[in-house]
Amino acid sequence: MRIWKSFLIALAVLGAGACGRSSNNTLNGAGATFPFPLYGAWAHRYNAEKGIQLNYQSIGSGGGVKQITGGTVDFGASDDALPAAEIEAQGLLQWPQVIGGIVVVYNVSGVSGQLTLDGASACGIFLGEIKNFDDAAIRVLNPGLSLPSAPITVVHRSDGSGTTAVFTHYLADVCPRWQNQVGQGKAVNWPTGIGAKGNEGVMNYVRQQANSVGYVEFAYAKQNSASYANMRNRAGKVVSPSLESFSAAAAAGSYDPAAHFYTWITNTGGAQAWPITAATNILVRRDKLEASKRVVAFFDWAFTAEGDAQARELVYAPLPDSLKERVRAYWRQHGLQ
Amino acid sequence: MVGLRKRKVVNVAALTLSSLAALLGVFWLIFILADVLRHGVAAIHWDLFANDPAPAGITGGGLRNAFVGQLLITLAATVIGVPLGVLGGTFLAEYGRGTRFARAVSVLSDLMIGVPSIVIGAVVYAVLVKPLGHFSGWAGAVALAVIMIPVILRTTENMLALVPWTLREAAFALGAPYYRVIVQVVYRGAATGILTGILLSISRVAGETAPLLFTSFNNNFYSTDMSAPMASLTVSIFQYATGPYEDWHQQAWAASLIISLVILLITVVGRLYIKMRGQK
Amino acid sequence: MRINRGIKDLAFAALTAAGAFSIVVFVVGIVAVLVGNSAEAIRTFGPGFIVSDVWDPAHQKFGAAASLYGSFITATLALLMAVPVSLGIAIFVTEIAPGFLRGPFGSAIELLAAIPSIIYGMWGLFTLAPIMSQIIEPALQQSIGSFPIVGALFSGATRGVDLFTASVILSIMITPFVASIARDAFLLTPPEVKESAYAVGATQWEVVRDVVVPYSKFGVFGGVVIALGRALGETMAVAFVLGNKHWITLSLFEAASTITVTLANEFNEADSDLYLSSLFFLALLLFAFSFLTLAAARLLISRSRQRRGEK
Repeated sequence: MRIWKSFLIALAVLGAGACGRSSNNTLNGAGATFPFPLYGAWAHRYNAEKGIQLNYQSIGSGGGVKQITGGTVDFGASDDALPAAEIEAQGLLQWPQVIGGIVVVYNVSGVSGQLTLDGASACGIFLGEIKNFDDAAIRVLNPGLSLPSAPITVVHRSDGSGTTAVFTHYLADVCPRWQNQVGQGKAVNWPTGIGAKGNEGVMNYVRQQANSVGYVEFAYAKQNSASYANMRNRAGKVVSPSLESFSAAAAAGSYDPAAHFYTWITNTGGAQAWPITAATNILVRRDKLEASKRVVAFFDWAFTAEGDAQARELVYAPLPDSLKERVRAYWRQHGLQ
Repeated sequence: MVGLRKRKVVNVAALTLSSLAALLGVFWLIFILADVLRHGVAAIHWDLFANDPAPAGITGGGLRNAFVGQLLITLAATVIGVPLGVLGGTFLAEYGRGTRFARAVSVLSDLMIGVPSIVIGAVVYAVLVKPLGHFSGWAGAVALAVIMIPVILRTTENMLALVPWTLREAAFALGAPYYRVIVQVVYRGAATGILTGILLSISRVAGETAPLLFTSFNNNFYSTDMSAPMASLTVSIFQYATGPYEDWHQQAWAASLIISLVILLITVVGRLYIKMRGQK
Repeated sequence: MRINRGIKDLAFAALTAAGAFSIVVFVVGIVAVLVGNSAEAIRTFGPGFIVSDVWDPAHQKFGAAASLYGSFITATLALLMAVPVSLGIAIFVTEIAPGFLRGPFGSAIELLAAIPSIIYGMWGLFTLAPIMSQIIEPALQQSIGSFPIVGALFSGATRGVDLFTASVILSIMITPFVASIARDAFLLTPPEVKESAYAVGATQWEVVRDVVVPYSKFGVFGGVVIALGRALGETMAVAFVLGNKHWITLSLFEAASTITVTLANEFNEADSDLYLSSLFFLALLLFAFSFLTLAAARLLISRSRQRRGEK
């Protein structure tokens, strides 16, 4: 029968395909969307140089933690560092890889310049209390700007997100009402707006929806030429998102290897510090030493001048050299290098 | 005769509304297809087939990995699903014909056809992804095969039932055992029908996205390794269309155009076959 | 020789039986896996899961009500829009259209069913949503939005990413199903009955209303129920335009979530056992609904066939 023959051929083709396995040349990772543009760029370069494919899927930090604890990927990534106790309980290891900043992006026609916000006004917008762009709370911060009287559509994350954890941590810090009404975490019950998946999804909805406001990692705003707000930080200075302001915030972190580098660098006191900053983290399993070692080889490569240059291009701040050394010592301590 | 006039007016109005409804249906079809065509044609470029994805936000990447992944996953699903479906359908129409078990399987297949595909994806995740410790092209293929099997099974059953019983009796009279009668006579008589069923089931799963999300997952690189995560066109369209980059949107439209054309082509060919048979 | 033949025949029979049995394995397997994986959520929340509208991963509290609500609102609304249109299409194709148009028209409508749902979703997000938010939703708001009770359904900002847009897309998707089943059911009406109605002076519409529709009502209703099942189970077409929000909202212009969208968005990232188990519980509920609606539809359709058999 001809039909059966064609099946045999199809089987052979598949068999040949399946034999083309190359598990030593591939690494699978999943998690945070916050560093996705950078990890994608690194992976692209790394593949060109070393012939190793690092397949990073940006499904959100919650997904990264789940898939690495479930053991379905070689590494997970999360902007929301796991506390030391949880790292120990799940048999994981964690280190910071790069610093990034979260910005409030907006899509409003009729604003004559760049918006400035502070903690209270950002809190009001995302609580749904500030309903219009020409609200007094925004006008006070932007005396020179003409603001339209347009109703604000809030765009937030719908997935388990480290970006959300960092952003809500900041809002809870600067705005007691936020802590009481919404709280903080990877997923919270947003009082208003529409939900989107990943930094990608938020940026997409903000681009599409008129009069919308969202929060994304700065690279997404940059890559898509979106408007973003400057922030007034804890020192009372108005700062712009930049390598300098991210690094200034990162300087305040504790990064204790014994605590698996668990730390917060939001709303720090530095005069130049960007207030919504985070170190994004890599998670590997202790019981999969071989895979974890190859993961470390990649991220160690990313710590080199070449990796740093790519990071700066996308406005992620590389870790300071002293911190990189601490991370390397941590790798050696746990037999990963 | 006011009553008659009123009845005539009602008649014309109702018939006009019905015609408008039909036009509305065709309007949607044309609207959607024209839209996909307009965006897709503008975005189709050789790079789409030749290149693998570029890093996010950088233009110039393609979807070679997704085209190959989609082909492999669909092919593997067909290889798993067709034998099971055809054999199962054969049992219902031949050996098990009229038994309570066959009737029950028939009904269960119909119900299986209606199970939401995302549920099947979740189940395959629990059975094949979690325990084995990795997403894989195979898991995606199994999920699609589970969707295909009841469709193929039912069409095979129906098509075999159309083969006249006298044909089988003639073969029996020559002393042929039942299995040879089925393979050489019945299958031959119903070949186009079975093939059509297979085609239609392929066109059904080729556009599936939901069951692949939790099984074959995605891969930014070209890979033919079915035991590793694998890219597919549909999942790529989902990722690219919900992402912010203009270049991603373009590629998603182009991929949508290609996948729609292929599926519509298979469907039209399949339906024409069925129609031709029906007219004979 | 003869024995050898017998063995071969038996082997082939066994092979085909195994193929048929695979369906039983699938159905039992799906139920077992869904129940097994949702056990933790069932133990923790019990039947209260179905009525609780809290979906709070941060505090490990889960309830299905918000997703169920989204699923049923979008499916019901889609049916309300699709059924009249589908019946119109079926009437047109069976009674009105000239012979040469019937085939092409029927096929065109059926092609709508062949378009993959991801295409509907993408088209919905990029093409339909802006039309909804800029033209259709403001128009609805201005016309019926000011009515006392109905107005609440159309309140809020018009974003095009909401329950209403999702329902419109679903209605387009299920139209071909209802239409083709209705057409098949209409065609089952014996011509003698129709002709005798014409003979006593009935108009075409009266024949449809008083003869064809009553005659085929079980079949048509079965088609409607099948379409309901499809609308409940559809994922990608609504995932783009629903806005992913776990709440019960009166306004159709608000974001919401359905069971399928919740699964698609959160399944890969549910980071606790209870979270994942709750998602499996949702999948189990969805499976149960679609299985039951389909079983009901089958019953109705087979009853309509029996009716025809009796006459």
